[in-house]
Amino acid sequence: MKPPRFDYVRVESIEQAVELLAQHGDEARVIAGGQSLMPMLNMRLVRPQVLIDIAKAAELSGIKANGKAVSIAAATTQNALLRWQGLRAHLPLLAQALPHIGHFQTRNRGTVGGSLCHADPSSELPLCLALLEGVVELRSRRGTRRLAARDFQVGVLTTAKQADELATRIHFPKAPEDAVFAFKEFHRRHGDFAVVALAAMRCGNAVRLAVGGVGDRPEVRSWCGLQGSAIDDALNEFAWQLGGSDDIHATARYRRELVRHMGRLAIAETAP
Amino acid sequence: MNLLESNIRHLVRFTLNGAQVEGYAEPRLLLTDFLRHELGATGTHVGCEHGVCGACTILLDGRAVRSCLMLAVQVEGAAIETIEGLAQEDGGFSPLQQAFHENFALQCGYCTPGILMSMTEYLRDNPNPTKKEVRVALSGNLCRCTGYHEIVNAILDAAKALREEDGASS
Amino acid sequence: MPEQVQPPNKHVGRRTLRRENLALLTGKGEFVDDLPVKPGTLHAAILRSPHPHAEIVSIDCSALKMSGVHAVVTGKDLAERTDPMLVGFQNPIDYYGMATDRVRYMGEPVAAVAATNRYLAEDAVEAIKVEYRPLAAVVDPLQALAPDAPLLHPRADSNCVSTRHFIHGAPEEAFAQADHGATLTIRYPRNSITPMETYAVVAEAVAETGGFDVLSNFQGPFSLHSVMTRALRVRSNALRLRSPKNSGGSFGSKLTIFPYIVVLCVLAGKAKRPVKWIEDRLEHLSAASSAANRVTKIEAAYTEAGKITVLRLTHWDDNGAYLRAPMPAPLYRMHGVSTNGYDIRNLEVTNHVVVTNKCPSGAVRGFGGPQLYFAVERMMQKVASELGMDPLELVRRNLIRPEQFPYQAIAGALLDSGNYQRVIEEASAAGDLDRLKQRKQAALQAGKLYGVGYAACVEPSQSNMGYISTLKTGDERRRAGPKDGAVASVTVSVDATGSVNVVGDSVPQGQGHQTVLAQVVADQLGLAPDDIAVALDTDTAKDGWSLAAGNYSNRFSPASVSAAHLAAERVRKKMADIAATMLNAPAEDLRFENGKILAAHNPDNAVPFYRVGGLAHWSPSSLPEGMDPGIRETAMWSAPELTPTSAKDEINTSLAYGFGFDFCGVEIDPATGVVRIDQYATAHDCGTILNPGMAEGQIRGSWASGIGATFYEEFAYGEDGSFLSGTFADYLVPSACEVPEFQLVHPTPTPSPYTRLGAKGIAEGNQYTTPACIANAVADALGFEDVLLPLAPAKVLAWLQSSERPPAEGTAPAKAEEGKPRIGGSGEVQVSATPESVWDILLDPQQMAKIIPGCDRLEAVGDNRFRGDVMLGVGPIKGLFEVRLDLTDLDKPRSAKLVGSAAGPLGSSSGAGVFNLKPMEGFATLVEYSYSIQLSGKVAAVGGRLLHGAARQLIERFMAALARQAGGDAAAEVHSTWRALGRRLLALLGGAR
Repeated sequence: MKPPRFDYVRVESIEQAVELLAQHGDEARVIAGGQSLMPMLNMRLVRPQVLIDIAKAAELSGIKANGKAVSIAAATTQNALLRWQGLRAHLPLLAQALPHIGHFQTRNRGTVGGSLCHADPSSELPLCLALLEGVVELRSRRGTRRLAARDFQVGVLTTAKQADELATRIHFPKAPEDAVFAFKEFHRRHGDFAVVALAAMRCGNAVRLAVGGVGDRPEVRSWCGLQGSAIDDALNEFAWQLGGSDDIHATARYRRELVRHMGRLAIAETAP
Repeated sequence: MNLLESNIRHLVRFTLNGAQVEGYAEPRLLLTDFLRHELGATGTHVGCEHGVCGACTILLDGRAVRSCLMLAVQVEGAAIETIEGLAQEDGGFSPLQQAFHENFALQCGYCTPGILMSMTEYLRDNPNPTKKEVRVALSGNLCRCTGYHEIVNAILDAAKALREEDGASS
Repeated sequence: MPEQVQPPNKHVGRRTLRRENLALLTGKGEFVDDLPVKPGTLHAAILRSPHPHAEIVSIDCSALKMSGVHAVVTGKDLAERTDPMLVGFQNPIDYYGMATDRVRYMGEPVAAVAATNRYLAEDAVEAIKVEYRPLAAVVDPLQALAPDAPLLHPRADSNCVSTRHFIHGAPEEAFAQADHGATLTIRYPRNSITPMETYAVVAEAVAETGGFDVLSNFQGPFSLHSVMTRALRVRSNALRLRSPKNSGGSFGSKLTIFPYIVVLCVLAGKAKRPVKWIEDRLEHLSAASSAANRVTKIEAAYTEAGKITVLRLTHWDDNGAYLRAPMPAPLYRMHGVSTNGYDIRNLEVTNHVVVTNKCPSGAVRGFGGPQLYFAVERMMQKVASELGMDPLELVRRNLIRPEQFPYQAIAGALLDSGNYQRVIEEASAAGDLDRLKQRKQAALQAGKLYGVGYAACVEPSQSNMGYISTLKTGDERRRAGPKDGAVASVTVSVDATGSVNVVGDSVPQGQGHQTVLAQVVADQLGLAPDDIAVALDTDTAKDGWSLAAGNYSNRFSPASVSAAHLAAERVRKKMADIAATMLNAPAEDLRFENGKILAAHNPDNAVPFYRVGGLAHWSPSSLPEGMDPGIRETAMWSAPELTPTSAKDEINTSLAYGFGFDFCGVEIDPATGVVRIDQYATAHDCGTILNPGMAEGQIRGSWASGIGATFYEEFAYGEDGSFLSGTFADYLVPSACEVPEFQLVHPTPTPSPYTRLGAKGIAEGNQYTTPACIANAVADALGFEDVLLPLAPAKVLAWLQSSERPPAEGTAPAKAEEGKPRIGGSGEVQVSATPESVWDILLDPQQMAKIIPGCDRLEAVGDNRFRGDVMLGVGPIKGLFEVRLDLTDLDKPRSAKLVGSAAGPLGSSSGAGVFNLKPMEGFATLVEYSYSIQLSGKVAAVGGRLLHGAARQLIERFMAALARQAGGDAAAEVHSTWRALGRRLLALLGGAR
């Protein structure tokens, strides 16, 4: 389990990274924390010609809260975000979800942008981005564009980011004052990828629920004024729409059961 | 910005347990292999090379990380601490090592360096953890011999000893 | 575990801290990969089969002329330079440690390369091209016996390579006379205890002997040494095996490193340099070792009063693709205790040894016990429930009574000592069984799913090296000559300054043997443990060792400790004889205390220990007449109770037998199927406790791996033979959060009369009891019989809920892909072209090349047959595959079948797709498609969670490209409408799998 050969370059700025991406395109991979990329490199599932290390680019690290959103530079580590003073007030969902990402040792390296770009269907950050309708900012020599969560992650390990683009910032809308959140995750062992993960948000009588680990990417539904058995009906419909498949950890049917069961718990937890 | 070519060994310098070290590495050389086989610091062990087992955990600029998920060239200029630097200056056990010793908290000892390095950061940031919190903090390090019970006790003992040490020195 | 109160000069029984820790806690351990190697040592990597079963058509190593690569071996080299490795009975399997003409499990070695470093060696392995002809695979031991099952070994006439039938007592009569009978079929899964350190070998050919020098973390038994020398065609003394001070755990698994030692020796011989191989984790999980999974049909007959009169056990032991010595020993190691700790005098056993397309089996802590006792203890629960009796009462009524010891079990085990009833009493009291029963009542009243389980076990230690002969018939045994005993060797020496050195053959894997042997020898010689040096790194060229040497089957406490005790006693006796002349006192009156040898009746009449030692070296002429100079005593110890298999197939499989008893309460969450342990107590009587700190560590470690086996750990295979647990994210080792607290009860010990200090083994008990105890509790909670391990929540929930809430009327579900391992699906795409145009694309290699993702060129290799090199992948994951496509069942322009395969370093896949082309209005076509894909190799082993989605994405990309290719400029629009349409239509096709 040793990586194949590649060139390595550590960049100090976004501009340098973008230049290199323009030059090498699909033959380059960006490494930030490497917590997903390095296992794949060690297993030789990934074979870049150039590895572009953005972890030390100062402008790619840091958290800013502005009017309506929290803007997180892509290479900010998950633990740096978890330790950020404003997290509980502005992004209470992430305060709940981040401790579920791997272990503290992997969160010390793993980055917010890295997790989103890796686009694992079971990951916590893509799920939160989907629920909160966050935005990923992409930079290339061609310019800057911003993609909404639903347009960014398109499938298993697949995003709409082009080969010459670098994810530079992630924008999470600040939690509305009246919003209540819940985060639930079912895993076989502590720190494992979720079998099913759910995030719920309630504003008044509107509920949004995002589910990860079942479909090829996190899926979101919104309902208004659901009560009693209508919640179960809605969750059942959602569960069946998600599809899902069997693997060695759980069956598709079990995942649907968890969506019904944990969905109800998550929605109940947000109830006034 | 300097592109390091794939098939050339490049100079890498950093501090290891406080001492300046250097060696040469191809870009693809894993930090674990560099520490163990270039620098001879074989106390850091390799258990899975995919980031799950935690045997290779070291401190990078004070934070516990998996050294199997890092390249040697990535730590240029960093400060790295490993099991070899954990003992006290006179060579005696640190409170964490002493607690592991007294609690029978290791058997084969293969996972132990990774656990000690993880807990070095953890106890620094969480001086008074509960048993349950210790178990969660420990969950990123797999051990097959002990069943964890004595490890948890050792960490709680070490936390107490460190608090007392802190209290005495302040 | 409480420390025994000891007199000041006695150390056995104390919680002496481990001397091993001083190096291990400071990063100075000496594991194989930590040790320096000779300059010029090469590094090996191994090419492994992506197929569960295939013929090797060709191996092309021509690309290996790259710099840094020094040698390569394939199965052909092994077949030329070695002989097949022997197993304990005549069998039709030729096993060389590397595939010769056929691969039989995913991960089987196909070639090994030696290069200047591991990175280059892995580069080289990727450059070897192997052509395979895939064969059907079989992974289930019962299906493997079907007449039409794929036959693994052509020289065999069946996948069952050994069957033995045993009758002890009069089972048939007992069944005929019984009041009641019960039958249960058990399927015990595949697992291991995956040590943190993987296999490690450094091999070098030695010119002067024509043999080899090997450093490895092989754990023994060293009976395998002769298997290796026979295979390598060298004299036994020409294979020097060494092991370093430290090994990173083994739990049995490092027994089956021996085939790799043979392969590495051949590679080193060819490379003419030392070669080092460190197994990586993917290799370890897929191809190192696994306990045999087993199907057991157990039948019991019993009286109305709850006395079990007979057991009938039929085992189908699934050993994977090959037998590697000493397999199938786990079946036979437990044969003598087939009746566990119960006084059952009639027994019938049938052992079937089966081969399937899985990793070959090997030793795993418990060694046959988990499989056997799971069946027996589940049966106890079933009988109790059918009698409406408290299961513990049933257990009590059947246990061997204290006055019956030593007790010869009906299949031959001579149970040395015990008081099983007392263990149960003490455990029930200390573990608060009454509280547990109250908790159950309260939980049931609250409508919860709560169950109580019990399990008992007899825990064998120190294996009789003759038991595997029970596999042979009496005639065969007579011809082969007797096999019995278990020789342990320890050498104690005293040097010219009175320092004591101990050398032993116990090959520790982390248990703390050095510390315990120092305690034992210190007590004999009146010294402190710190005065005693103990070296347990082994070297077959220098050490005393015999074929039982090694670390397995609870050997240390009975065997190595007895040998150390005997050797130290001999040293003591010799030194007493010398001191007697110096002190002018009878030798038998001398005491050894605090570094002195003194007269018991006149303690002032004393001589320092070191002076006596010194005299034996400095002045042989001063020694009593006839005494040899120097002080060095090697004890080769074996117990007379370890007799050969009797003519009636009775075998005392082990020397000392401990007893374990567990009980627990579990609560099951009806919404998630999660089984939570509410209370758990375990008690072990292992005779004399040598060091409570370490004994407790063995129990706690065994408990944790028992929890792993019960809930998490399984080597999962698809029905097609693909291996699915290739990473530590798939093979789930419990972490500190998954191993709950439990109550460890310390019952009154009953020392063994057959070991020198009364000690028995203690390392395996919870491998037996924990899975059975929890399964019994789950069965109790659910009233459900067929409790299968591991208890994954999805499985448990399916036992709880027979049906699922359906989707609402009229809202058809998305197509869910269920039923592992096949990946498949179906869909439709609307194409702006006529069926004829679409048809032309499908049959034209140039047009097909454009629509296959990652394909530059496709060449025709026959009628409607194509091949090409394709870069396939999803997201960042990419690999080069050789793709072959075959269009069949052509019904122009309506339907066709596409059969394809892809092979590359990431793995192999084969699949089939069916297209139906339906004309639509406006020169359009509706392409209906369905596909099914089989994957094996690396991607299947490591990518489990993501495979369905990834395959779907590739198929969708192909179909979208087809639409684009056929529809010209309108492509983009077609694609997007197709996505929406595809989703809806996929939904409509929900049941069409």
